[in-house]
Amino acid sequence: MLYFSKLRILFITLFSVLFILIASSNLFKFDDDFFDKKINLGLDLQGGSYLLLEIDNEPVIEQKLQNLTTTIRNYFKEKNIKINNIKIDNQNIFFNVTNNDKQSVLDVFQDENSDLNPYYPRFKSHQLEIEDTGLNLKVNFSRQGLIKLKTSSQDQAIEIVRRRVDEVGTNEPNILKRGNNRILVELPGLDDPMRIKSLLGKTANLTFRFVTNDENDRFGVEKLKFENGLEEATVSKRIIISGENLLDAQPKMDTQANQTIVSFTLDRVGAKRFGKATSTGIGKQLAIVLDGKIISAPVVRDTIASGSGQISGGFTFQTATDLALLLRSGALPAPLEIIEERTVGPDLGQDSINAGMIALAIGFMLVIIFIFVKYKIFGLITNVTLIVNLFILLGVLTLFEATLTLPGIAGIILTVGMAVDANVLIFERIKEELKDETNNILAFDGGYTKSRTAILDANITTLLAAIILFFMGSGPVKGFAVTLGVGIFTTLFSVYFIARLFTSIYVSRNKNKEKLI
Amino acid sequence: MIAFNKYYNHFNLLSSILIVVSLLLLIFKGLNFGIDFKGGTLIELRASDSKINVSSLRDRFNQMDLGDVSVKKFGNDTDFLVKFENKDNKKNIIEEIKINLDKSFGNNYDLRRVENVGPKVSAELLKSGVIAISLSLALMLIYIWIRFEWQFSLGAILALFHDVIVTLGVFSLFSLEINLSIIAAVLTIVGYSMNDTVVIFDRVRENLRKYSDIKIFELTNISINETLSRTIITSATTLLALLAIYFFGGEILKGFSLAMILGVVFGTYSSIYIANTVLVRLRVSQKTVLREDEKK
Repeated sequence: MLYFSKLRILFITLFSVLFILIASSNLFKFDDDFFDKKINLGLDLQGGSYLLLEIDNEPVIEQKLQNLTTTIRNYFKEKNIKINNIKIDNQNIFFNVTNNDKQSVLDVFQDENSDLNPYYPRFKSHQLEIEDTGLNLKVNFSRQGLIKLKTSSQDQAIEIVRRRVDEVGTNEPNILKRGNNRILVELPGLDDPMRIKSLLGKTANLTFRFVTNDENDRFGVEKLKFENGLEEATVSKRIIISGENLLDAQPKMDTQANQTIVSFTLDRVGAKRFGKATSTGIGKQLAIVLDGKIISAPVVRDTIASGSGQISGGFTFQTATDLALLLRSGALPAPLEIIEERTVGPDLGQDSINAGMIALAIGFMLVIIFIFVKYKIFGLITNVTLIVNLFILLGVLTLFEATLTLPGIAGIILTVGMAVDANVLIFERIKEELKDETNNILAFDGGYTKSRTAILDANITTLLAAIILFFMGSGPVKGFAVTLGVGIFTTLFSVYFIARLFTSIYVSRNKNKEKLI
Repeated sequence: MIAFNKYYNHFNLLSSILIVVSLLLLIFKGLNFGIDFKGGTLIELRASDSKINVSSLRDRFNQMDLGDVSVKKFGNDTDFLVKFENKDNKKNIIEEIKINLDKSFGNNYDLRRVENVGPKVSAELLKSGVIAISLSLALMLIYIWIRFEWQFSLGAILALFHDVIVTLGVFSLFSLEINLSIIAAVLTIVGYSMNDTVVIFDRVRENLRKYSDIKIFELTNISINETLSRTIITSATTLLALLAIYFFGGEILKGFSLAMILGVVFGTYSSIYIANTVLVRLRVSQKTVLREDEKK
């Protein structure tokens, strides 16, 4: 155990120096991306905001079912199959069929090539499930159909969220999917997420619809409140143009009326429809509806064929800017709810870094002094190893650009405390060996060999805990698992290569010395 | 040589009492769950005006109709921790609070940390915390089952349960807050306690093979003594590191490091006085080990 070949010594030296260099690279700036690796600071250390958003898919499902009833009705009408009394109840579509038609309806839903009910061969499942309950049939989304629907609304939502966050212009936001109905937004350096929160809280569903007094409007009507919450108006359900027709939206100052407005440009389809509607609807009130509330309902005075227009509604410059931003980035497929928020101000982050570093320095000093007093020359070896170990640990974290959190720093300090364990196990064993072994080299050899299983056992148990923590933990706690886990490997390396190298050099030079340890 | 075995019975009794008391505490007093597991809002606030203190903050927050509000000093005289349930899960709660605080205190305060955990998320976090701890106990069980004879496994697991239960018992007794980092601490305690037990067990097994004529009662004592200086040095350095975190690592790490400190103390104690006494009570002998050796 004490013999080292020249090649191995070279390898150990190079390896240690390499990681020390990588660890120190955190202090410098490199132009080259390859060299410019840094340990990332977690949000709890650099300050920032962590938001977990959940997509409320209920309205999406409701809407899809609504569309489906129309599709189903038309589909069977074309096939001359009579279905009636079609209605939606509690996320199920119910309809009645006659005895003669029942089988052909069931067949349509169970046909793998049906265009009414898409089949996913990979999951061996249809989009919709049909349940035979006599002459009244029940149709709803299958498990797989729901998953598809959720992932697709998640895909759309994450895109919109990304656009909105980018528009606000925070540095390096991190936007990730979580499960199939959640989105994680990490905003480093942002200490007041108020604006982003309010932007993400809006669906931004914009429609232009005529105000009507005709309760029997062909498309149906609904009563909507104005933004100020006081007045109400009856609005047709017929949509003239919607947010999808917008090409651009910008806040502007209307110098004539001395108010802030949002001016918008429409795409070709939108411009055509807007032009037609404004030409036939002169004198009528056109309601601009955002997320079910009327922003304003100006009276149409002229045909607007240019494809551009403006929205006024008593905006401040800030609200106009935000509305324009929302309109530019598009509507969310479904409302988002912020179900978890954690925000740390930058100066608390800095305080945490300082406290963590002080604790690390003090913990490190205490351990080093203790070990030196206890083991003298071998204590010195352990301590040098401990320092190299710390650098290698930092080096590995840098190499993988791991995220360092406050509990992560605690993990490093803990690693320092526990890393001496392996060396202590070895040295104590050597002491025992020396009791009945006069040959120093044999005693050291024995010490290393016989302590190996205990060291391995001890480290595997800690590693198991770290692995579970890594997979189950979130955010800051994950950082703890990372440093603790990586620390185990660097500790084993430094104990079995670096410390053993120093030990072997010292022991072979003092072969005949008594009371070596 | 210290006669640890002279006190096996005494300390077994003590541990039993500790476990029973801890369980009673956990059942009847329960744990003080933080917002991570209970849901709610937490605000860390730093004041730059001496007018802002616990009572003025409490008055202000109580007027806002937020349910149960707790206001505490956090570390020093200018930092405060405010927690409330946010029962109705109001959306713009922070904005509302800021407006209200501005009215009373102007610009003389700073929100340093805001955490808001919805009821769904807190339930999930609690569930995954419980799963994580159970999973780690199960993994340890499997590992020790593979490595040692069943008597040893039982000893190690009992020691492990003891450490986790008594640590949580202390947290219950003093109403210390259980949050995500405490789960991390408990998992690390599990690892540490196992580590400590395994080192002594390794030695017990080695000695069982070596001596056929020494009774397990004596043999455990010999093994404990042989590994004693390692036990002391490792616990000492680990405790030194943890004490450094506790005293200098800032308020946020206080609970975490305290849990670990308790865990290390209990872990060291239980390796000696629980794990080993199980071997004695199960009358482990050389045969136990040799039988297992033959199988392999």
